[in-house]
Amino acid sequence: MQAMHHGDLYTDYHPRWLRRHVSTYWWLEKRSYFAFILRESTCLFVAWFAVYLLLLIAAVVDGPDAYARFLAWSASPWMIVLNIVSFALMVFHAITFFDAAPQALVVHLGHTRVPGPVVLIGHYAAWVVASAAVIWLLTRAS
Amino acid sequence: MIKRHPEPLLWMLFSAGGMISGMLMPVLILMFGIAFPLGWVTPPGYEQITALIANPISRLVLFSLCALSLFHWAHRFRHTLYDGLQIKHLNEVIAVASYGAAVVGSGLAAYLLWQVG
Repeated sequence: MQAMHHGDLYTDYHPRWLRRHVSTYWWLEKRSYFAFILRESTCLFVAWFAVYLLLLIAAVVDGPDAYARFLAWSASPWMIVLNIVSFALMVFHAITFFDAAPQALVVHLGHTRVPGPVVLIGHYAAWVVASAAVIWLLTRAS
Repeated sequence: MIKRHPEPLLWMLFSAGGMISGMLMPVLILMFGIAFPLGWVTPPGYEQITALIANPISRLVLFSLCALSLFHWAHRFRHTLYDGLQIKHLNEVIAVASYGAAVVGSGLAAYLLWQVG
């Protein structure tokens, strides 16, 4: 550039960077943003319940007394409140996850793509079957 | 040589964990977190729960559920801290801590399920 324009003085063009400052609490500004963060935060309850299951399995490994202590601990008021909140958020997690499945999962039968609504219904049907199977396994002996 | 990024693998683990936790966790929390503690349903006795968990298929399902759910958490937690709370300078530390915790938890699940019965 300099070789082509000797003598001319150019002022370099410095546009101001358009970087809007985003507040840390941007997700409180709109309902849809909040729903997004709520959906993402369900992962904390997924982790909590994985830990809860590991504690249950550890208690079963330890013996009948440890299992009884686990059941008593699980019946403490705070634990019940925490698990009711976990249950609500876990249902929200399952619904949001299954609703995204038709976009993420492309299923082919022969040469035709299985339509999205069918993929969706398949997930909900599997959910019902899996839940019924777990309830049956846990209650058939008692 | 092509540099391999771990992101697709981590996304697969996230996705598989979201699927299996969505399928099984609501009913398991309903039973073990609400219905048994509140006395709506009698919980399985010690012999029954041991037999249930010790079944090879249950062990496989429970291991997958615990391990994949922890990787699901690790992935989502890391990305939410990055996008949501904009904690960008700690990105590497958070990633190592999250996936590290998932690896440790998976190992613990394998060990415990090995010991049952």
